[in-house]
Amino acid sequence: MVKENKFKLFVNHIPQNLFSGFVVSLIALPLGLGLAIASGAPPISGIISAIIGGVLVAFLGGSHVTISGPGNGLVIVILSAITTLGNGNLQEGFIYTLAAIVISGALMVLLGFLRMGSLSDYFPSSAIQGMLAAIGIGILAKQFHVMLGILNIKGNSIEQLRQIPNSFIELFTTNDVSILAAGMVGIFSLLIMIFYSKIRNRYFQLIPAPMWIVFFSVGLYYYYFYLSSANYPFQKDQLIAISENVFSNFVQPDFSKAYQFEFINIVIGITLIASIESLLSIKAVDKLDPLKRRSNVNKDLKALGLATMVSGFLGGLNVVTVIARSSVNVNNRGTNKSSNFFHAIFLLLFILLFTSELRKIQLSALASILVYTGYKLASPENIKKTFQIGSEQLLIFLITLITTLATSLITGILAGILVTFIIHTLINKSILLFTMNVLKPNVLMYKESGRENNYYVSIKNFSSFLNFNKLKSKLDQIPENKDVIVDFSLCDFVDHSVMENMNSYMESFKRKGGNFEVIGLDKHGTNTSHPFAMRRISLFKKVYKKQNLTKRQKSISRIAKDLNWNYETHPQKDFIQLKDFGYFKTQKINSITNVVSTKNCSLFDVEFSEGELIAKQVVRATMFYTKLHKNLPEFTLDREGIFEYIYHFTGFKDVDIDNHSDFSKRFYLSGTDEKSIKELFTDDLVLFFESNPYYHVESNGLGLLIVGKERLASAKEIKALTDFGTRLEKIITKC
Amino acid sequence: MNSFNKVLIGIAFSPSLKSNLFEAIRLANMFEAQLICVHVGKKTHEKDKELANIFNEADETIKKKKIIWSEGKPVDVILNTCITENIDLLILGALQKENLYLYYVGSIARKITRKAPCSVLLLIKPSIERVPCKHIVVNGLKDLKTKETIETAVYMSKKLNCTKITIVEEVSQSEIHVKVSDDKSLRKATIIKERIKQREDFRVRDILKNINTENIKIISQSIFGKRGYSIGHYAKIVRADLLVMNAPNKTGLLDRIFVHDIEFILSELPTDVLIVK
Repeated sequence: MVKENKFKLFVNHIPQNLFSGFVVSLIALPLGLGLAIASGAPPISGIISAIIGGVLVAFLGGSHVTISGPGNGLVIVILSAITTLGNGNLQEGFIYTLAAIVISGALMVLLGFLRMGSLSDYFPSSAIQGMLAAIGIGILAKQFHVMLGILNIKGNSIEQLRQIPNSFIELFTTNDVSILAAGMVGIFSLLIMIFYSKIRNRYFQLIPAPMWIVFFSVGLYYYYFYLSSANYPFQKDQLIAISENVFSNFVQPDFSKAYQFEFINIVIGITLIASIESLLSIKAVDKLDPLKRRSNVNKDLKALGLATMVSGFLGGLNVVTVIARSSVNVNNRGTNKSSNFFHAIFLLLFILLFTSELRKIQLSALASILVYTGYKLASPENIKKTFQIGSEQLLIFLITLITTLATSLITGILAGILVTFIIHTLINKSILLFTMNVLKPNVLMYKESGRENNYYVSIKNFSSFLNFNKLKSKLDQIPENKDVIVDFSLCDFVDHSVMENMNSYMESFKRKGGNFEVIGLDKHGTNTSHPFAMRRISLFKKVYKKQNLTKRQKSISRIAKDLNWNYETHPQKDFIQLKDFGYFKTQKINSITNVVSTKNCSLFDVEFSEGELIAKQVVRATMFYTKLHKNLPEFTLDREGIFEYIYHFTGFKDVDIDNHSDFSKRFYLSGTDEKSIKELFTDDLVLFFESNPYYHVESNGLGLLIVGKERLASAKEIKALTDFGTRLEKIITKC
Repeated sequence: MNSFNKVLIGIAFSPSLKSNLFEAIRLANMFEAQLICVHVGKKTHEKDKELANIFNEADETIKKKKIIWSEGKPVDVILNTCITENIDLLILGALQKENLYLYYVGSIARKITRKAPCSVLLLIKPSIERVPCKHIVVNGLKDLKTKETIETAVYMSKKLNCTKITIVEEVSQSEIHVKVSDDKSLRKATIIKERIKQREDFRVRDILKNINTENIKIISQSIFGKRGYSIGHYAKIVRADLLVMNAPNKTGLLDRIFVHDIEFILSELPTDVLIVK
């Protein structure tokens, strides 16, 4: 029955997926051609990759709204593969590279079977950002010249960047009409790319910017052909070369270099980048999925790998999951795998029907699209964001970026990992923290018993990119519509990658109706005010004057605002007489923080220690205190089985309330003055306790102390606690 | 199970001697057991006097005690005494890492723990004043020894006036045959976990049927994690005062290289630990 419904839903959604597939194919066509050209491969190879990817991944993949095809991350690796393997001969190099692509596809299938979908989690996020920026700069540096019509540019990315002014001068001083025209088309196309999003016209926005460029580019030909008397200014080398009979003579891979060291190196590079790009994209696209599904990344890896192998055999590039096209898919209301399939079919139709028109596209027009994508990858925005997280993140980012540009992608990312690790050890002034604990299963997850039934996750020692997979594997086992509390209080150090991931978990739980809260970070110090900044516990410094509020503190302050109460993170004076409560008789209060208060009531985190010196145990808990205007008998009220030891208070006797045998059975009520306690516990009050969640409630004669669990409460629990406390105060003052 | 009738403590004349001894006296009295103190080293007049002083200072007087002076290798001496004296419980003190609230078992104590023929109690924080025991965590592994271990935990809680026991069923991840990779497998895994949890609860309840647990609140909690390690982590989070565990079946060199079960606990004591043999 369910299956039938699903099928029906699938069929019902086909029209809108057909449409979104069409829109995506409009982008995929110019991008596919452009990425292939930028990689030094025949333009058609990008289209082959997209067609094979679209068809195979739609049927075999594990994700829902992703689009697959040639990826921009691979441009640099493929280009260098083609030049090194062919020793300068692009034609030959491409045939060898195809072999590398086929093998990398096989490796991706293997990764899928080994369940390495978590591969991208092993890389520090700033290092990945640095690598992506390097790829962006690499693409931009080369394609900028092509965009200006200058085709014969040499050297590595850094030299190419330096030559950009020269190319401008060359463009404006050249006598070659073809170059000048190509440069003009390129610059105009770039302007289309930049201003496209600023033109808010519904009809204009129907067609994606790259397709406008194609229209413009092909339109120029027809303008010169039919309307203008001038000659068509572009020479053949400025136009893309698509051979006749596109699909009749596929290029075949040549495996003869497969045993050489540089070949193996290239295979590893391609596999690494293809996998990381795909995994990051899948993760990002899952957040956009309108139906909130979770992708099976391992299944997707297998499908992408298989598609890459087929694509390689047919002369196409790697098949990866691509973020930009996928988000266009979602924006155009794509809802299931069929849109990926339709995008491939439309591409096939375009190629078969409009081959001669496509041959009229100028290289410079396509290059402008790539320049724009490259800029997006390496935009100064990203650098600024990284710097806001922390200067050490910027350092990691820059070292990865520069090493990648100067050497190769693999060296770059390795350098990034190494630098991250070194920075972490320097900041913690301890390498032992990492080496001793890296292999330990430092994450504990269990379902808290009791009514709430939420999941509790505690992390010990440290949490960084080195062991994030352990935390992730636990978190992934929690259904996203549940409540989760992640406690870092036993953790000395939490790095930026983990903080960023916590944030994305928070988002996905929120989307799916659950609640994901991080606690235990309020004590950790940070260097910047960014929410993703890394945090560590300092044993020696205790006061952080300008402390960066944690997410929990922010939500507490929001709660305080909603209630119109005051909020102080570190109040100056101890205004609450906690000492008088039996609860604190044997315990030493160290500090009271995060105080939310109004005239009579206050809610706070209290840190206290049990025992002394070596027997000392530090406990942090959230409690609620209310001062009453009338005198109350001293009493403690407990649910059966929470704090039995409170029993031991001297002089306290059990009190049974008459006529409420059920209440007496479920609660432990004890105190000194039995008579006045019985008077206090009227029917209303008994009913209140019976019908509300259980808390430990204690009276010292002047005020009430309400304690939930003996740990810090999450924002949700704080709300419940305040609500309980304020209502209890009202009832007690009434009776 | 047997009750603890003979308790052994190794004495070294270190600053923590007094608290160790006080703790041992208290425990021995609670168990109504004979306390046997072993010192590895020569008997001198000063040492004897110091010892006598401490015994005099103690609030409680120990009824049955015996002091053995013996020379040789500490590990051998203590292990031999365990056998010859027919000891039921061996008490060892743990060490604390400097500056950190992190306790571990020293190399000699570790050796003894591994080889001891009797139950071993590792104390992380012996104190001169009594710290009441409020919460005992005990493992509920699917193992032949578990029944006895739980019985011992109940026995301990009665003797120590502890009213709360949590039985932790550690379920290894591999028992959930489904790997979570998408919504469907997640649902499946969640159902399987729920089923395992009920099965484990049922098993524990079965064990408890024949144990008198009057006045003790017993909770069972299943956690999915690495055996031996997760229970320590759990004990730390719930701030248990005593963790009761099965003795490992046997530990060879390989077990020390591929650390598991009890070895995790020994390298990072979450609280006082009782290993039941």
